[in-house]
Amino acid sequence: MRRPLLSLAVAATAILVTAAPTLACGGLIGPNGAVNLLRTTTFAGYHDGVEHYVTSFEFAGGGGAFGSITPLPDIPSNVERGGDWTLQRLVLETAPEQRLAFAAAETSGAALDEAEVLLETTVDALDITILRGGGDEVGLWAKNHGFRLPPDAPEVLDFYADRSPIFMAAAFDADRAAELGQALGDGTPIHLTIPTDNPWVPLRILALGKSAAETVQADVYLLTDDRPALLPKAGAAFGESAGLILDHSAAATDSLLADLRSDAGMEWVPEEAWLTKVVVDASADELNFDLAIDASGAEKPSPVDAGFAPFGPMSPPRAPIALFLGLAAVLVIGLPIMVDRATRSSGPRPWAGA
Amino acid sequence: MSHRSRLAVAALLVAATVTAGCARSPMTVTITIHHSAFDVTEVSVPAGVPVTFVLVNEDPIDHEWLIGDEAFHDAHRTGTHASHGDVPAEVTIPALETRQTTITFDEPGRLAYICHLPAHEAYGMVGTLTVEG
Repeated sequence: MRRPLLSLAVAATAILVTAAPTLACGGLIGPNGAVNLLRTTTFAGYHDGVEHYVTSFEFAGGGGAFGSITPLPDIPSNVERGGDWTLQRLVLETAPEQRLAFAAAETSGAALDEAEVLLETTVDALDITILRGGGDEVGLWAKNHGFRLPPDAPEVLDFYADRSPIFMAAAFDADRAAELGQALGDGTPIHLTIPTDNPWVPLRILALGKSAAETVQADVYLLTDDRPALLPKAGAAFGESAGLILDHSAAATDSLLADLRSDAGMEWVPEEAWLTKVVVDASADELNFDLAIDASGAEKPSPVDAGFAPFGPMSPPRAPIALFLGLAAVLVIGLPIMVDRATRSSGPRPWAGA
Repeated sequence: MSHRSRLAVAALLVAATVTAGCARSPMTVTITIHHSAFDVTEVSVPAGVPVTFVLVNEDPIDHEWLIGDEAFHDAHRTGTHASHGDVPAEVTIPALETRQTTITFDEPGRLAYICHLPAHEAYGMVGTLTVEG
């Protein structure tokens, strides 16, 4: 298994039989298959070979349950309730005008067989299950546990399972949240500790269940020992970065690191680190890749981790010589195939998302 | 048996043979669903012949295969059936399973087969069946 590292973020997904009008930081799907996706904010920190992934599920009222499925780069060694202010503090760091609002928040303290179950735990109103399996196995587990997967789920699950067969399924019980006294807007942060050696952030999962033209928006914060190399290159020319904006890239301030370190479960935050914020603003059909990260200083983020090869539909940027060799290979090998296929009838191709 | 009788029997045998030769044999069409897409989206069948559809669902999610005219599909787009199975033209195929159904189309024309689970039609799960006279 390839072992991505910093992973992260987000997710999306499927929802329990009677999905309720609840929202989370991941993509959510209502009972009619429609997706309700708020702007997602997630954090992936990587230090000493361990990834720390923090995301949040927000209680938006109503009853019933909904769920979310997140691809992970490796098996978590721990899943626990996240700290109270890590995500808000990161937002504040890159949007200083919101400092007052943060201060207020801080004050409030606010068949195949099914996939193999590696870990089960409960955090507040969230039932979290770490799964290992192929796309079909994870999909079958989700189906049998009441998740309603959208039509693009089989392809997306295969896309991830080919690289890492580890997934997190989170089922949010809104009724239990109400019993716990959670108010509208209360979030339940989840912190996963994932020993791994090669970080990546799943982005394509954010488009799950969306129609091709729908917009996916997300903020991804990365905290690494050194300035990371990213693939695709956020902010680069179209085609190389499609939909990614490098919103912040600088040495993390001492105050930020101190604030993060003071939050629950965040004592691992080093004395020095590099903070990167990548804004995702893309149409669902554009977002067919993930974010590969090389935090080693080698400046070589993995095309495989980005979903470009060998499973992705796009090719990563290449050096000219590689490009020429690739074109030659296409002409020699691919042209006859294309000609052959052109002579055959073919049905319309399904479009991504729905 | 008299000569006339032998002729009559021979005529019946010839008639039966000709009839059998004219009748087209039952046929089978296999449609596989993978990544929420029908692998066959254009099918032509003769009218008046039993056609067995073998529907293979390779996905870990359920799908439907409902075949009919536009009015039929309009009704199903707003339908509330959780599953299908009692009507040959309405089949639910559970995740990673195979179902088959046999239908005889009496009239020439064009029909569509569609999965009407939420968002599946918009995702592209649509095919066309032409009944030839």
